[in-house]
Amino acid sequence: MTAVQVTELAKEYAGGIRALEGVTFEVPKGELTSIIGPSGCGKTTTLKIIAGLADATSGTVEVNGVPVTAPGPDRAFVFQDFALMPWATVLRNAAFGLELRGVSRREREEAARAYVDKVGLAGFEDAYPHQLSGGMRQRVGLARALAVDADILLMDEPFASVDEQIRRKFQEDLLQLLSDERKTVIFVTHSIEEAVYVSDQIVILTRGPARVSNVIRPGVDRSGGSDGIRRSQAYLDWVEQIWHELQGYLER
Amino acid sequence: MELRGHRVPMAFSLLVWFAIWEVVGRLELVSLLPPFTEVLAAFPEVVTSSTFADAAWITLQAFLIGMALSFVVGIAVGIAMGASRAIGSLMGMWVNIFESSPLTAVVPALMALLGFGLPTMIVTVFLFSVWVIALDTQVGVERVNPSLVEMGRSFGASKRVLYAQIVLRAALPELLAGIRLGLIRGLKGVVIGQLLIAVIGVGYLFELYSRNFLMPEFWALLIILFAFAFLASEAVAHFERKVSFYASSR
Repeated sequence: MTAVQVTELAKEYAGGIRALEGVTFEVPKGELTSIIGPSGCGKTTTLKIIAGLADATSGTVEVNGVPVTAPGPDRAFVFQDFALMPWATVLRNAAFGLELRGVSRREREEAARAYVDKVGLAGFEDAYPHQLSGGMRQRVGLARALAVDADILLMDEPFASVDEQIRRKFQEDLLQLLSDERKTVIFVTHSIEEAVYVSDQIVILTRGPARVSNVIRPGVDRSGGSDGIRRSQAYLDWVEQIWHELQGYLER
Repeated sequence: MELRGHRVPMAFSLLVWFAIWEVVGRLELVSLLPPFTEVLAAFPEVVTSSTFADAAWITLQAFLIGMALSFVVGIAVGIAMGASRAIGSLMGMWVNIFESSPLTAVVPALMALLGFGLPTMIVTVFLFSVWVIALDTQVGVERVNPSLVEMGRSFGASKRVLYAQIVLRAALPELLAGIRLGLIRGLKGVVIGQLLIAVIGVGYLFELYSRNFLMPEFWALLIILFAFAFLASEAVAHFERKVSFYASSR
């Protein structure tokens, strides 16, 4: 089953700068697909077009067979810089997606409280974003996206502004959470290790203008836990292979 | 305030200056400056007189109506200028010109146009205060983190909700700074307007007191105006401090 179908996507900015050209890939339902590529290659642009936050110059995005023209309740976005409202508490931030959809206060706070708890922030419901670390703030962003119960989670470099040690813990928590939630996830990252670690499928983009260079399915055996995965030969081989593939584009 | 390691309340500074005022007043160096105690004694007389009540009422009316207009127009224009680059460049130059122009010169023209009453004062307050509110609102709206707006859109916020719940809220630190500056300028506007008109409001009172050489009353009225301006701006500053924590973390 295909959750998202991206077909011949092209994006041209004013002044004739082409960001994307003929980007085509599909995202299977219930899986985590990463988009990886050199920085500035159009990964985020692709994700924002899928979200309905940006327009494509040509090409289409279909979510469950329906063409995307605007944001919709079937997709929820997690922002690189968290996009939390500094004047609102953790609970209100986490409930804000539901608030915008007109859910009653009692109902949305109940849902938000459950997800704040699930992302590991129980006890911080009444804290304000500036009182939290970067990692904790992104957990609020994740709780907000999960609380609206969209089928598809769009994550734009969610761990880019988070410390390395915290990132690893967060990646594990994310995988754990996603295995419970059965969501389709599109995950933009510039970290090869992160992509191989979290993904079922990896879409590799090239630069200027972006095209799909390769789509791979690492299929790393996850039964050995996080340390097992990071030491497994398959994991290391995939990291190496993607690095070689990207290196070719970096040198140009 | 600290003095040689001892904490001294702010009121102490006022007391020192009042003491100096008293001494200079008693020396009778300048006839314009009566001793501070005489000014204090004039307070009850000024405040209870019916001319003061009339003047205060009309001044307050002009100030409040003018400021209300300024808020509505200034914030609306500021949002439009901040939200649209085209409107921003179309109106920016004019707003900046008016913001820095000596508008006092326009008041006589307003008198000729609108007469010697309330309308002239309201328009004066409006003209003095609206520009800085518009400019600060524009800056606030321009500084709103774009991903907060995208966040709102991604969860399906309508344009109206987006502005009411996210943009205006995020722009609040600059908006309040604009309102505080606008209040101070509006107050200057109402006093300058009345001084030029000279037949109504506190402007008339100042005219009356200085023409009849009632210096204690003159100073008492001035202190009342200063106190009002200070309290109004401090009230807004209080809210400003409450939201300043997120000016840096948007």
